Amino acid sequence: MTATLVVPTALRGFTERKSELSLEGATAGELLEALVALYPDIRPHLFDGEGALRGFVNVFVGEVNIKGTGGLDTPVKDGGSVMIVPAIAGGAGSFPSAGGGRIR
Amino acid sequence: MISLFRDAEALVRSEAEAAYPYECCGLVMGVLDGQDGDLRKGSALVVVANAREGDARRRRFSIGPEDFLRAEREAARLGLDVIGVYHSHPDHPAVPSEYDLSHALPFYSYVIVSVEGGRAGDMTSWRLAPDRSSFAPEPLEVDPGPARPES
Ligand SMILES: [Zn+2]
Repeated sequence: MTATLVVPTALRGFTERKSELSLEGATAGELLEALVALYPDIRPHLFDGEGALRGFVNVFVGEVNIKGTGGLDTPVKDGGSVMIVPAIAGGAGSFPSAGGGRIR
Repeated sequence: MISLFRDAEALVRSEAEAAYPYECCGLVMGVLDGQDGDLRKGSALVVVANAREGDARRRRFSIGPEDFLRAEREAARLGLDVIGVYHSHPDHPAVPSEYDLSHALPFYSYVIVSVEGGRAGDMTSWRLAPDRSSFAPEPLEVDPGPARPES
């Protein structure tokens, strides 16, 4: 089964600037695995060390966020469309200690 | 480098002051130029209501995926891209926090404005390192923007 995966601007640096990719997969998770197989450097931005989707990565199958529909097991129709949609979080809390060197 | 049209820069400041003592947030739309989109012009904003609640908004902001999707579609309609994120740091310097770092996405310009006692101050921009280890400062300049007829 083939579906279209829509990649947000932020991650197109990993996909040769392509915004849409035609990939094989029957579920949202399989499509993401196909993406990572093609562009391995994208993995750390999608998944944490345990292989779970990062909190700021949302996946929509059609118009529906997979968080409410079975997560990565959500089925994808042949010819369907899957979107990676970021959520953004941040704030002023917790600063690095002086000399911590993480922020240049 | 990111250059923000003056109107967009002024709107970041006024939103930051209006939201004080809470954090304001939103997305920056514009065009990408140069190698790897490293020269960017921010021409318009999508103002987003901080999705955090109550007092959490003093030190945190969040932009949900539905708002993000709305902004991506608005940008596409205008022939623009979502190129960055802005938020304010009430009574904190315009420097990314550890929390900003752990939640950051690559590529986007992270524009931060400090608000001291209700007055917008320093504005800075930052980009996440590809290995997620740190933010690097990104030069930010204000562009007068397209000429408008005098009124
Ligand atoms: Zn912040």
